[in-house]
Amino acid sequence: MSRQDALVTADWAEENLDAPGVVFVEVDEDTTAYDGGHIPGAVKIDWKTELQDQVRRDFVDKAGFEKLLSSKGIANDDTVVLYGGNNNWFAAYAYWYFKLYGHSDVKLLDGGRKKWELDGRKLDSAVPERKATDYTAKEQDLSIRAFRDEVVDAIGSKNLVDVRSPDEFSGKLLAPAHLPQEQAQRGGHIPSALNVPWSKAANEDGTFRSDEELRELYGAEGLDSSRSTIAYCRIGERSSHTWFALHELLGEPDVKNYDGSWTEYGSLVGVPVETGDGKS
Amino acid sequence: MCGSPDQNADLPAGTDLTKESVLVGKVTNSGSPVGGAFVRLLDSTGEFTAEVVSSATGDYRFFAAPGSWTVRALSRSGNGQADVSVGGPGLYTTEVPVG
Repeated sequence: MSRQDALVTADWAEENLDAPGVVFVEVDEDTTAYDGGHIPGAVKIDWKTELQDQVRRDFVDKAGFEKLLSSKGIANDDTVVLYGGNNNWFAAYAYWYFKLYGHSDVKLLDGGRKKWELDGRKLDSAVPERKATDYTAKEQDLSIRAFRDEVVDAIGSKNLVDVRSPDEFSGKLLAPAHLPQEQAQRGGHIPSALNVPWSKAANEDGTFRSDEELRELYGAEGLDSSRSTIAYCRIGERSSHTWFALHELLGEPDVKNYDGSWTEYGSLVGVPVETGDGKS
Repeated sequence: MCGSPDQNADLPAGTDLTKESVLVGKVTNSGSPVGGAFVRLLDSTGEFTAEVVSSATGDYRFFAAPGSWTVRALSRSGNGQADVSVGGPGLYTTEVPVG
């Protein structure tokens, strides 16, 4: 993978709004943003109600993903361009999720909604009608998804990258500072994890930093490129953003996203937890 | 500057101002509220901590630990920022002018 394969600019997007075989998809946790105005022609996916199983804590299964994409009018050979608010957190999550189910041509809009809005580009409230397709997904590609036992085994051996804010990493806060702090699990981080907040990979306008800046960032933070890497955050969305930077932009070969993240790990009985800044 | 909690603030149910410090305020341009601004909470080293979009009335809200913070707003009509010092639990109201 490389930047040209994985990321498109807002200029490219604007020039390809009506291109055949290109589908824009907005993914947010707050779908009212889409309803108020979105990139012309874009369809929406609600990460919570459409990508998550509504009973078990897991993703929709292969058949569920096929049904979802068929109903959205997305075909196997379409180029899917994902974007969203929150600096593309949920769009990056959806990108990883589309890769998990084997969609071949998926891209992220650099800067997402934020750059699009700050640039004053066109938004439209009309919901497009797309003909249903007969989408076929692949089995999940577990080479990019980490589960809890693998994470516990990775302590002290693989790169664990905690991409939450420093106050969440140290255990002072249990959620990002713009969300209510109602979670009941323990605070802290997985021992041996590096704390490289996802935001360090992004510019103020939500675009990704350059490859050179990203390499320098992760190198300076102590990421060992000769080892495998697992990224995590609180619920797996910010770590998708870092997974994208490491795996899709920098081409690191073995990077997994731990989607269970701190809400799972911080509630497990008997696993090691560390508090503080991890540097003492 | 925290004093007694502002009973009029629109906070989520369950917010306990005797335990949590909450940063609120409006993004303004020449005194008028700016909705749809991207409001970023930066820590004392200037590092990003969180981001919200201001409401139609220009309002933003963050939950933060005690310390020195900068609230920075990006908008189509310009950018701006303001500093906030959080000493303990309570409500901290700060206007962020842009332009």
